[in-house]
Amino acid sequence: MRDRVAYFGVFTALALIFSYVESLIPISFGIPGVKLGLANLIIVTALFKLELKEAFLLSVVRVLLSGFLFGNYFSIIYSLAGALLSLSVMALLKRAGGFSIVGISIAGGVFHNIGQLFVAMIVVEMFSVAYYVPVLLVAGLLTGGVIGILAREILKRLAGLQAGSREPGRND
Amino acid sequence: MKLNLKKPELKQKVNLQKKDWILIGIILFVAGMAFLLHEFIGGKGAGCVTVKVDGEIQGVYRLSEDQEIEINGGTNKLKINNGTADMTWADCPDKLCVNQRAVSKSGESIICLPNRVIVTVDSSENSEFDAVAQ
Repeated sequence: MRDRVAYFGVFTALALIFSYVESLIPISFGIPGVKLGLANLIIVTALFKLELKEAFLLSVVRVLLSGFLFGNYFSIIYSLAGALLSLSVMALLKRAGGFSIVGISIAGGVFHNIGQLFVAMIVVEMFSVAYYVPVLLVAGLLTGGVIGILAREILKRLAGLQAGSREPGRND
Repeated sequence: MKLNLKKPELKQKVNLQKKDWILIGIILFVAGMAFLLHEFIGGKGAGCVTVKVDGEIQGVYRLSEDQEIEINGGTNKLKINNGTADMTWADCPDKLCVNQRAVSKSGESIICLPNRVIVTVDSSENSEFDAVAQ
């Protein structure tokens, strides 16, 4: 039980640090709202390393903490909608089987953007933001792909990280 | 003391699978269709931009007249130049609306969420707010 709390703490800290790093270096693609989503790397890793409910909790905690630290309440609502939809879809694809880590991450990236677009449509009470859909879909595909490749490499090296093991696990 | 982390070997598939490619194909197809839809339906007849703050129309401006507009008492600045509208300044921290490219096609919009400013391009034919701008 203690180990599990420790792992959860490490994942939370990493996700928060990645959010911070991303807020320091705004990797701009020249398109508003499009960013790499480094913290999602930790969420994807958690999806394969922690229990599903822990991954969800991690996602919510990450969004709230980074929102209070680096964002505002708008960004929390956006991030939450994107993060939860994204994680739900990833969990479904993982359960469905037949998808690789990269494929699951791509779906996560795309649905992250779709979730945020839904909130945007509700907040601004208009539907013409829908013209933005193709940009967000392709952006989600690319960022999700990059995150997926990184997550795959991390998971390969974290294969030894398991419950109760006394080996020092690499967590970076 | 039993923990629920995964077994040592990586169970998840590492290389891209057939289903992954199908997923990528579907995403690209939907994106392509949405793009074509926007190009063919929204591309014509852009005539003016509507500026809304908090859902209230603040003004409608012709795209044919080059001008600079202060929105919301100066929180945002919109520049109309050469038939396109571009947000040139905003007092919000993220500057997403400023970084966004200029809009000119009907249905396109620039949105500044922190200031609740929405700039939408309308076609000139169906805009009943032309009189407001004069």
